Amino acid sequence: MNIHEYQAKEIFRRYGIPTPKGVAAMNVDDAVKGAESLIAETGNEVVVVKAQIHAGGRGKAGGVKVVKGVDAAREAANDIFGKVLVTHQTGPEGKKVQRLYVEQGLAIQNELYLALTVDREKRAIAIMASSEGGVDIEEVAEAHPEKIHKVWVDIATGLMPYQARQLAFGLGLSKQAQRGFGKLLGNLTRLFIAEDCSIAEINPLVVTEDQSVIALDAKVNFDGNGSFRHKEWAELRDLSEEAETEIEASNAGLSFIQLDGNIGCLVNGAGLAMSTMDTIQHFGGQPANFLDVGGGATKEAVTTAFRIILQSESVKGIFVNIFGGIMKCDIIAEGVIAATKELGLKVPLVVRLAGTNVELGKKLLAESDLNITPADTMAEGAKKIVELAGAA
Amino acid sequence: MSILVNNDTKLIVQGLTGSAGTFHAGQCMNYGTNIVAGVTPGRGGETWNNPDGEGSCTVYNTVREAKEATGANASVIFVPPPFAADAILEAVDAELDLAVVITEGIPVMDMLKVRRVLDSGAKTRVIGPNCPGVITPKDESGKGCKIGIMPGHIHLKGNIGVVSKSGTLTYEAVGQLTALGIGQSTAVGIGGDPINGTSFIDVLELFQTDDDTHGVILIGEIGGNAEEQAAAWIKENFTKPVAGFIAGVTAPPGKRMGHAGAIISGGSGTAAAKIEALEAAGVKVAPTPSDMGTTMKSLLG
Repeated sequence: MNIHEYQAKEIFRRYGIPTPKGVAAMNVDDAVKGAESLIAETGNEVVVVKAQIHAGGRGKAGGVKVVKGVDAAREAANDIFGKVLVTHQTGPEGKKVQRLYVEQGLAIQNELYLALTVDREKRAIAIMASSEGGVDIEEVAEAHPEKIHKVWVDIATGLMPYQARQLAFGLGLSKQAQRGFGKLLGNLTRLFIAEDCSIAEINPLVVTEDQSVIALDAKVNFDGNGSFRHKEWAELRDLSEEAETEIEASNAGLSFIQLDGNIGCLVNGAGLAMSTMDTIQHFGGQPANFLDVGGGATKEAVTTAFRIILQSESVKGIFVNIFGGIMKCDIIAEGVIAATKELGLKVPLVVRLAGTNVELGKKLLAESDLNITPADTMAEGAKKIVELAGAA
Repeated sequence: MSILVNNDTKLIVQGLTGSAGTFHAGQCMNYGTNIVAGVTPGRGGETWNNPDGEGSCTVYNTVREAKEATGANASVIFVPPPFAADAILEAVDAELDLAVVITEGIPVMDMLKVRRVLDSGAKTRVIGPNCPGVITPKDESGKGCKIGIMPGHIHLKGNIGVVSKSGTLTYEAVGQLTALGIGQSTAVGIGGDPINGTSFIDVLELFQTDDDTHGVILIGEIGGNAEEQAAAWIKENFTKPVAGFIAGVTAPPGKRMGHAGAIISGGSGTAAAKIEALEAAGVKVAPTPSDMGTTMKSLLG
């Protein structure tokens, strides 16, 4: 789960991680008021107006402006608010800016990179730090791998001071900055574990001219599986950043991702859902979505799944591919029949059922008098739906 | 023979009295699995009855108690995510040989802690989490061991091992083998979470030394590098034929495909790289998931 920079920085402050003073705003006027109060408080005319979207690369796309004075802040806020930013992480359609964050300007000496993530291979929390901050870290990793320093934190001990020292020496920090960095890193590691993060990234982490170490940016992603012990996440979620269909799907217990093709897929199990998409492409078609109805889907969930798939006008056919384990094929067949009747399906539908109660499921479909094309294997079903969708 | 589980396996069900635990324990019992006890804290002393057939067992408050009373050597865990890590570590503490974790949705931080304990010399092998389980199909006498949520009736006793990150793709592979008249020695779902108990290599090592396993189907998916590591290991160590399949050729980068671990990030974990690694190790990769069975058959000569 993603949150905004300003929300991540609120969490940082709770853990004693230094951030610049800032004000979040839902409109231009509040952003201007924020700039006024920051300038009055800090005595510094320089402020930064930042777009708040769930994607990196905002600076390059014109979503971050450093300005001097209230009038310039107003101009920058007017310019950025409502703008559609296209970055390497938003996709070609971009993301519309609906929230702003105004921050005090700082006298920066150098920019660092710092990130925590779970390393699957080492089964530990990986910390990566680099003296090359403020730029795309993947480019640094490619061109100057020696400039990325790594340590791995054992969950049993947490971060040890020697690890922080190792990184601080690697980054070539001054003695004073080393202290700030060590403290910040300890706090960030505590935050990472306690808040169930999957990523915590600060790019750039800055050293100011007076040798303070401050998180100028903040990116935090949560491990969705931790939601049961973080009721506060519900309030941090910005639904306008998520596709409507994906919200509807998650409310119904479905896992759904919109794709560019024209063949809708309804499958049980993530691996089977992915390989159904692959098989459709193998036979010359393009999947319109990833959809996993999960292990215990009900008739209602199947109907919701159909409704979500059919919301896309580009869908020219639907392929239902079920291998019943926990899920019984007759339940799926009932769901398919109910959905078809309720939604008045106008595109071709191919259904492949296998596993538990398969005969009962097939019988229900055959007796339904609906225009459903049966298939015995995934390949046969994919081939049929590609043909039918092409002809439709 | 077989790996991990067989007719001598004596099984505890942790979370037996919950709805998933009760239903699936009944299905396992009906398949022939020897379920000797259940564990639900606070429900000790109750008798659990199979809701869907014959058989019953006693519920205990702790895993240690259940083990001491019954001589159980394995556990299957149906405990909800908030309590799952605790349940796994209780099974480890009781020194069971095997704990199969069906629970989906355990936080990564919890699994890091579990993993840390397992790596410190724990006796218990943990399979999963978020997996369909392990099955050694029934023989002619009707004896078999199903630990998990897979549909038992699609399996056939035989000599092919199956190891997979994906539940339904495991069923797909098993169903195809059975339709071709090719039986399975043991089918193991290792789950699709980023931190898990048992890797492809762990299972392949067991299949290598199992005389009754003559070939293996390995099913992977995008994300991480477990498939690449397995490929390297196969190249050096594995002497039996391997058919493979990797799900997610069409998955876009940066999107999590259902499983917590199924995500292409920073250009790594792509299906193309995994397929290339497997093929370089001599694994025959099926062009579509419908060809897993026939690909295996072609390697058996």
